[in-house]
Amino acid sequence: MIPELGYGATVAALLLTLWGTVAAAASARTGRAALLRSGERAAVGAFALITACIALMIYAFLAFDFSVRYVAINTNLGTPFYYRVTALWGALEGSIVLWAWMLAIYTLIVVIRYRRSQPELYPWVLSVMLGVLAFFLLIMTIPAPPFERLTPIPADGRGLNPLLQDAGMITHPVALYLGFTGFTVPFAFAMAALIVRRTGEEWITITRRWTIIAWYFLALGLLIGGWWSYHVLGWGGYWAWDPVENAAFMPFLTATAFLHSVMVQERRRMLKLWNLSLIILTFGLTIFGTFLTRSGIIGSVHSFTQGTIGYFFLGFLALVLLGSFSLLASRMERLRAEGVLDSVVSRESTFLLNNLFLVAATFTVFFGTVFPLISEAVRGVKISVGAPFFNLVNIPVFLALLFLMGVGPLIAWRRASAENLKRNFLKPVVAGLVAAAALRALGVANGLVLTAMALVVFVAGTIALDLFRAVRARRRSGDDWGAATWGLLLRQNRRYGGFIVHLGILVIALGVAGSQAWSVQKEVTLDKGQSMELAGYQVRFDGLSASEESNHAKVTGTFTVTNGRAGGYMLYPAKKFYAQEQNPIAYVDYRLGWIEDVYLVLGDFARDGSHATVKLQVNRMVSWLWLGGLVLTFGAALAILPDARRAA
Amino acid sequence: MSRRGKFAAGGLVIAAAIAYLIWAGVSQSVVYFVTPSELLAAPTPSKTYRLGGFVQAGSLKWEPKSLDLSFTLSDGKASVPVRHKGTPPDLFAEERGAVVEGSWTTEGYFKASLIMAKHSEEYKAPPDGAEPGYKELIKSLRGESTQ
Repeated sequence: MIPELGYGATVAALLLTLWGTVAAAASARTGRAALLRSGERAAVGAFALITACIALMIYAFLAFDFSVRYVAINTNLGTPFYYRVTALWGALEGSIVLWAWMLAIYTLIVVIRYRRSQPELYPWVLSVMLGVLAFFLLIMTIPAPPFERLTPIPADGRGLNPLLQDAGMITHPVALYLGFTGFTVPFAFAMAALIVRRTGEEWITITRRWTIIAWYFLALGLLIGGWWSYHVLGWGGYWAWDPVENAAFMPFLTATAFLHSVMVQERRRMLKLWNLSLIILTFGLTIFGTFLTRSGIIGSVHSFTQGTIGYFFLGFLALVLLGSFSLLASRMERLRAEGVLDSVVSRESTFLLNNLFLVAATFTVFFGTVFPLISEAVRGVKISVGAPFFNLVNIPVFLALLFLMGVGPLIAWRRASAENLKRNFLKPVVAGLVAAAALRALGVANGLVLTAMALVVFVAGTIALDLFRAVRARRRSGDDWGAATWGLLLRQNRRYGGFIVHLGILVIALGVAGSQAWSVQKEVTLDKGQSMELAGYQVRFDGLSASEESNHAKVTGTFTVTNGRAGGYMLYPAKKFYAQEQNPIAYVDYRLGWIEDVYLVLGDFARDGSHATVKLQVNRMVSWLWLGGLVLTFGAALAILPDARRAA
Repeated sequence: MSRRGKFAAGGLVIAAAIAYLIWAGVSQSVVYFVTPSELLAAPTPSKTYRLGGFVQAGSLKWEPKSLDLSFTLSDGKASVPVRHKGTPPDLFAEERGAVVEGSWTTEGYFKASLIMAKHSEEYKAPPDGAEPGYKELIKSLRGESTQ
């Protein structure tokens, strides 16, 4: 029953969105309000139908309805309750349903928010959003139908990929998809503005906040993905330049570029063509990323090799890029800059540089991801460019971006005077140099780390100095320090939201630099009762035990960790054995700390429990990445609040 | 030089620098995929390769005390002895695919610094009636008899 209901709802939603796309566009051409209302009803109807699809799928998972192929593959009778819900997005077909649902939600918000306030842009925005939604419903209808029926109905299912049975996997795809789908809104507004020839500042003001929302969710998705990689995969890292990570990182970079260059357009009426291109590129990269990860063209945990789906994505990508760039070309005469660049030492040129570096980083990541594919297709030579390539090229670029992060927000528009430079940057530069000298004196010899640390201190210094001056000014009107700071953050929320996001990035940068430079590891085979030592920690192997859990069996090692200072604690790394897997899966145990994490992975072990091979890592400053994510959250929330000054 | 010219020149310099970085990055860090027959046809010591094949039955040796791992990778036509220091990864086993990264040594074996077991999404349920292999393992860890 459920397969037929679900498939019916999918097809109905597809027809509704196709109709809505046409109706909304026709209403814009003819001015007939009835058509627009019909398009809106189609959007609401599609949302209801996709919601029904989600409900049906969750019901099928909870009821173990193995007549649905997707349920039979991604769950079995032992799968715990919450993983049966999240199994919805455990593989390709279900994640497309989630994707479509989020896009439908964004579409509804656009309908509610802009149907009255943006009469001119709105019909086209609705048409574009429904068009994109129709594409994902088409995917759900033809190449990746989630409700495909399975006959004969098996007694038990296969089970969710054990690596995905983790809390990180509950939240990571949700955040990531909210980011990916969120970029449809700015894209739709950009297209609408081009179509009705209103390429002024209006669409940009509307879409800036939407871009921050999508950008934030994407950042959150990337960070949660890093956390998952760190605490599940057991290699002690959080980022591997894996194609699937790159796929999400590229639109993040171009969206970051857009969020900065948009300020130049608002302020100086320049870069119109550039901003539109960035939005199109960002949206295109979200589709490209889905193609890369979902078509099975690159082997990774995320790729579920699926016949024709790649062609659908490539076709859609071509349509989007050709359509939007030819639209852009036809409106070229309206996109001339009204302002000019006055000086090389100015905020405009800093932002230009920032954009140049961000786009360069995007290109580098794109190149490194796609080059092996091209090499294999064109020359027939299989190669790989791994992390060394990405690190070599991107580290200088990211260091330059860090430097610009300090300069950009405070340097004067148009032309910076020597006075402006001295007032804003002299003290932070000195602070950065002193920090580098101090670290050098403490024995830090790595040049890259010293540079990164000096830049972080410099940027933090510029932010602190600016905040201090502004708060001091408010203090003169009688507020105490707390009230003055808080009032400033809320009144100039856009500016200080941005600063706090920058602080979050700095904290993450410290985490990356520290963990890359100072983490250590050691792999040893220990007899029962024997200890190993690393970085001041003693780890003793106390024995192995076995147990059976609801859907797997587990061999757990018991280890006592002491570091000579405080009392010790126990770590229990394990190996999990799932019936559907031929091999065990490592289960890491760790103790997180602000300065260092103790991270223990159980490798091989003797069948009588007499010895075990373990990998002990002392990972430095990794927690700063997660802390940076929290700071980022606070800053992004502040930045998307309605602009206090404009509202007042 | 006009202002426009200055910006254009600055942009070009940066673009050229990045292009150089990419070129240098690729030429330094590109790693070629080879099969055992391709490697043995022209073995170049100390050049980094990724060698892919399947682990020959009976060739896998693992010394927990010294962390010495050795096995033979084969593509059906040729086979290459591989040595590695460290625990075999979770998905690594005999008669299954694996990719190793490392270099050919003049002593006639491939020294692997990294082992990537091939992960297949198509994991299968155990055949009907057969007890999963781990049941026996649990018994032996608990000290129960397992004839």
